[in-house]
Amino acid sequence: MVKTASSEKHKDKARAATAKPAAYGEDIDLGAYVSSTEEQPYQADPSKLPARAKKRMLEAGVILDDPGQRAGTFIQMDNAPVHSSVRQEGVEVMAVSQALEKYDWLSDYWWQAVAVDTDKFTANIELNKHNGYFIRALPGYKTIYPVQTCLYLAKARLAQNVHNIIIAEENSELHIITGCTTASNEEAGLHLGVSEFYIKKGAKVTFTMIHSWNPEVAVRPRTGVMVEENGLFLSNYVLTKPVRSLQMYPTARCVGENAVVRFNSILVAAPGSSLDVGSRVILDAKGAKTEIISRAITTGGSIVARGYIEGNAPDVKGHLECRGLILMGKGIIHAIPELKGTLAGIDLSHEAAVGKIAEEEVEYLMARGLTRSEATATIVRGFLRVDIEGLPPLLSAELQRAIEASEEDLM
Amino acid sequence: MGDVALSIEQLKVEVEGREILHNISLEMKLGETHVLFGPNGSGKTTLLMAIMGFPKYRVTKGKIVFKGQNITKLPLDERARLGIGMSFQRPPVVRGVKTRDMVAACLKGQDQEELISQLAAKADLADFLDREINYGFSGGELKRSELMQLLAQRPTLTLIDEPESGVDLVNIALIGELLNNLLEKDCPIPERKCMGLIITHTGHILDYVNARTGYVMCDGVIGCEGDPHEILATIREKGYEECVKCFMRRAPSG
Repeated sequence: MVKTASSEKHKDKARAATAKPAAYGEDIDLGAYVSSTEEQPYQADPSKLPARAKKRMLEAGVILDDPGQRAGTFIQMDNAPVHSSVRQEGVEVMAVSQALEKYDWLSDYWWQAVAVDTDKFTANIELNKHNGYFIRALPGYKTIYPVQTCLYLAKARLAQNVHNIIIAEENSELHIITGCTTASNEEAGLHLGVSEFYIKKGAKVTFTMIHSWNPEVAVRPRTGVMVEENGLFLSNYVLTKPVRSLQMYPTARCVGENAVVRFNSILVAAPGSSLDVGSRVILDAKGAKTEIISRAITTGGSIVARGYIEGNAPDVKGHLECRGLILMGKGIIHAIPELKGTLAGIDLSHEAAVGKIAEEEVEYLMARGLTRSEATATIVRGFLRVDIEGLPPLLSAELQRAIEASEEDLM
Repeated sequence: MGDVALSIEQLKVEVEGREILHNISLEMKLGETHVLFGPNGSGKTTLLMAIMGFPKYRVTKGKIVFKGQNITKLPLDERARLGIGMSFQRPPVVRGVKTRDMVAACLKGQDQEELISQLAAKADLADFLDREINYGFSGGELKRSELMQLLAQRPTLTLIDEPESGVDLVNIALIGELLNNLLEKDCPIPERKCMGLIITHTGHILDYVNARTGYVMCDGVIGCEGDPHEILATIREKGYEECVKCFMRRAPSG
């Protein structure tokens, strides 16, 4: 079990943080959720999972019937892994509990990119039954197809505790698509997830996360990324379905020279949804670069769109772009872009804009024969279009599909 | 000669509560190109915007009849679908919407890909198809992009606001060519299915298009109507001041 790897030191720190509120977002009463120690039967053939679960997973980008275009698959239901498999040489995919048993050295990575005492949510994961995925690309191996993972919330009112470790060894290339979803359309639940990424020299990782929750679920992911020399981390996050409360602020650190980090986020808040989502990049090494792009749309929910870039080394460069669109009703978008530079010779910039659809643009399209609603849809589609450099075409297409699927809900 | 396809009768238009056009009347037949001259602020653009149907330009009196239908109260998009198209003088940037998407929107329902490439080649905009519409375009590129969209849309009535403004000499020849293509210059007048109403400040565009009728607008009325080349010669020689004086000497007539 995971226990063996976590030193008492981690437990002590976690215990000290059990009441520590998160830095952002509304507080969540952990006592309102149940914990599960139930084991789920292992499913060697994930296409045999119940049709309903498969359908929900598919909506979050997880393909189980035809995994030909996937390098590997990992599925966790509640707190129990139910499937893991690999189809490509040079990649390891397994439950993190299994990986901790297999590799003594893995404990050196445990809670290194995310602090165990970040807040009560990280503490809760450490102190309660948890599991997650371990994905590793071996040195020099480059995957073509993505590894897919699914974190599935099956039981009502459950607190799901996830701890993932992703390691891209030197000069490897790894693509991951992860879908997080829930069995129910209306039952409450809590998803707590720690993800620690270690991107070694010259390695490249793209991480595409699609969230598809329900209006009663609360979500608190905690992500840390370490990027070494010439490494690249590219994250795409898509949330277009309703959720009750979601707060996350993944942090990437460029610790090696010329490391590159890109965060793209697409956020849609329906009435009743409260999102507080940001991306933070610390440029600690010479020549490191980052670009953070977020697009936020509200149809009545509230969105805090944060961004933070800190430059602490010569010749670093960072740009933050944060754009929000209030489509209708009484939605709120609060853009908070922050830049911090601590020495000369750095180049950090940001642009932020919050508004409604410009009437001038609608009329321009209408003058070409589009109806008002067609014109609005075209503008919204354009707003959500983020051209992502470095993403394989297959993933790019899937991402676009996920985004387009939301357009019908918006109009 | 074709039938009257556009008839504007005693049109009054106000913008934000202020009357800009007073009793404008004009008629156009299929195949014709008419040109609007006039000093800044005389109401030329307002007339085009009112014909296109932008909500900000409110018709308070008179009517616009297009292809036999009274379109005075018809919304902008319905007029576009009925066959009125406009080249914008300062088209807006629509972020994330590519030039290709705009051309495709204009082509609604037609076989796309190949046609779009052909049109882009014709307008020398092949490299612009995957760029955001109007974002960072030069003056000439904006005009060519507008005309490319209109070539896809193929309106019966094309409204063009200052096709030569902000355009260099190399561009103006290509723009003239696109305009002529749009207005079917090479086709005998009786066979043409389209017409154009062009605002020109400098008159340069007259070197490229075959315009039949010219108007001088002053202070929201049409002060003078005649051969566009003659009008241009007068304006070049004596300036708009003379046109205004001449107009003041006469009783205003349509």
